Amino acid sequence: MNKVRRLLLQGAGAVAAGLLAPLSALAAAWNKDAFGAKSAPDALKALGASDAAPSREVVIEAPEIAENGAVVPIEVTSGVRGTTALMVLVDHNPFPLIARFDFAAGALPFVKLNVKMGETSNVRAIAEAGGRHYAATKEIKVTIGGCGG
Amino acid sequence: MAAGPMKMRATLVGGNTEVRVLMTHPMETGQRKDPTGKLVPMHFIQQVLVKVNGKVAIDSQVSQGVSRNPVFTFRLRGGAKGDRIEVSWVDNQGESNRTEAAIA
Repeated sequence: MNKVRRLLLQGAGAVAAGLLAPLSALAAAWNKDAFGAKSAPDALKALGASDAAPSREVVIEAPEIAENGAVVPIEVTSGVRGTTALMVLVDHNPFPLIARFDFAAGALPFVKLNVKMGETSNVRAIAEAGGRHYAATKEIKVTIGGCGG
Repeated sequence: MAAGPMKMRATLVGGNTEVRVLMTHPMETGQRKDPTGKLVPMHFIQQVLVKVNGKVAIDSQVSQGVSRNPVFTFRLRGGAKGDRIEVSWVDNQGESNRTEAAIA
């Protein structure tokens, strides 16, 4: 009886693993080095984006003063032709890299999201196009921090 | 807090599609303490996939620096009423969720 039960459980586990596999196979691996970096330059290095040069084509829309650092709305648009990815970093956060978005042909290089900010900091947006990187920076002042608690 | 439901709206705006999606998730940074002074373990969404009619359009990697109950707005080129938009996420503890809607 017990043996049968064990076999059934093993079977169920295998089915579950099979169902989950396609999703993880499609998605790019989570960039542990970049997300684990404790400074923006280190994160950019791990992203292969150290060459990022300032560009007016990359635009950050965000409030100049964020009253609540736990929810700071940030909107990034890239006007750089052939943009295939956008990255968002908050320089003074313990782990600056917030997110990386890779766009296939059907997507526009735009994203809006809410981020946490521990303190007043520069926010960087990096666009990737044709293997090159383009950056925008904007300072956001935070009156109440959104990290820890 | 366990991961809760998702909400999504996909609308045509000036010939393109705007997708607004809300995920219910604690997005714990691993730095917050609970009322007894113990650190709450990291628990956050790591990947977000946006698909249009079954094809991947946006593949995102996300950190604990995204606010609790994340809301993302994405834009897709073109689109037609009835196109199927699917958004799914996976977190660092292996939990996942997905939602689907047609462009309205």
